Amino acid sequence: MIKATNLKKSFGDKTVLNDISAEFQTGKCNLIIGASGSGKTVLQKLLVGLLVPDSGRIFYDDQDMTGMGNDERKLLRQQIGMLFQGSALFDSMTVQQNIIFPLNMFSKHSHAEKLKKVNEVLERVNLKDVNKKYPGEISGGMKKRVGIARAIVLNPKYLFCDEPNSGLDPQTSLLIDKLINDITKEFNMTTIINTHDMNSVMEIGDNIIYMDKGYKEWEGTREEIIFSKNKLLNEFIFASDFLQDAKEMRMIEAGKKG
Amino acid sequence: MDFFAHLGKYILTLKGMFTRPENNKIYWRELMQQCVDLGVGSLPIVIIISVFLGAVTTVQSAYQLISPLVPLTALAQVVRDSVMLELSPTVTCLVLAGVSGSKIASELGNMRISEQIDALEIMGINTKAYLIAPKILSAIIVIPLLVILSMFLAIWGGRTAGSISGILSTDTFDRGLIDGFSTFNLIFSLIKSYTFAFLIASIASYYGYNVKGGALEIGKASTSAVVVSCILILFADYVLAALLL
Repeated sequence: MIKATNLKKSFGDKTVLNDISAEFQTGKCNLIIGASGSGKTVLQKLLVGLLVPDSGRIFYDDQDMTGMGNDERKLLRQQIGMLFQGSALFDSMTVQQNIIFPLNMFSKHSHAEKLKKVNEVLERVNLKDVNKKYPGEISGGMKKRVGIARAIVLNPKYLFCDEPNSGLDPQTSLLIDKLINDITKEFNMTTIINTHDMNSVMEIGDNIIYMDKGYKEWEGTREEIIFSKNKLLNEFIFASDFLQDAKEMRMIEAGKKG
Repeated sequence: MDFFAHLGKYILTLKGMFTRPENNKIYWRELMQQCVDLGVGSLPIVIIISVFLGAVTTVQSAYQLISPLVPLTALAQVVRDSVMLELSPTVTCLVLAGVSGSKIASELGNMRISEQIDALEIMGINTKAYLIAPKILSAIIVIPLLVILSMFLAIWGGRTAGSISGILSTDTFDRGLIDGFSTFNLIFSLIKSYTFAFLIASIASYYGYNVKGGALEIGKASTSAVVVSCILILFADYVLAALLL
């Protein structure tokens, strides 16, 4: 579990996060949603330790990350995997070299064992025959999957995903969502996902936080989102007529079930 | 104020490199890779400029110096000392600031913009130690070697140009090279090379590592790295000459 209490962050005069407190559950996909500029990326960067909060605390299970020294923080980071918006694969390395890199850096296993692990995670993300290819030679969806494979190769306890579906077609987006959801359940990870994608919200959002102008505006599950009376949330989630209709259908279905 | 802000950030960036490597083998491999990239990548340009520098120095010195009162061997001495004291270390490093400095700045800038540096940080790797330290160390190892190579090639270029143009024979040139040779000149040249190498790699790394924004900023960082490196090389050149000669 990751717990944030009273997080505040400003850049110069501009306050981008105001008093954010939240709990991100283990074994669940925790989604942070909100419009561009709402502060969700800053929140994720604070949680993962790429930015330092002005005030507030972040707990990884019982460990207070905000009070950690460099060495402790390094050890904690070896338990964190992250999928970046642009995948952030190392251009100069092949897919195999990208995935084996964290193992080479931190694992004492033999090269053969490391290669076995690389092939296992590649198989887990449904990728074949890409070991020797460079990131520039594979599609956007494949890059995301390689990014996931690299993120999980050290068996992390915590997985962060920044806009995992950006730039992908709807079908590939669904595959990536399913993959992240399955991996979260399979390895019992605490997964935190930043997303704009409403399909992700409705498909894998076990716990959802809605951010607006630096404030936590709403928190709940994907079932609760349908019946939420929060005006800002409804305007954001059900912005189009199509999504509004989908919401009404879901409400009718839920009503029939009683 | 901007200058002090940059200076402070530059010192902090360099200070951040001094931590224990997460894995010595990987760091060693990265250092060797950087040495190969810098050495092999810069070799053609160093060879070309060195040979022509020596050749031009011989021809122009002959134009100014040849007189019945000046022995021909003095021409070789002028070429030798000009090459060792100034041309090889300074001109080679100014060129390397352009070639290698811009490459380092744009490589790190691209890694920053595409979140590759963040990805390394998340893995628990000290990115300053892993990305910047091998670049500075490799520059300190390789650039003095390139400068020594440049000296030999420049003197050979000058000797050949003198012979081809009929200014002086190779035997006379060789005699002049030995006359009044001072080992201190070589040491001074190496001190300059080490200083310039550190400036080139550290300034380029600083600008590249701290890029913010998009592709446009990578270009700006690369240009700034080259301009600042060149200015500081010339400034350090003067300071070292004033202090040591």
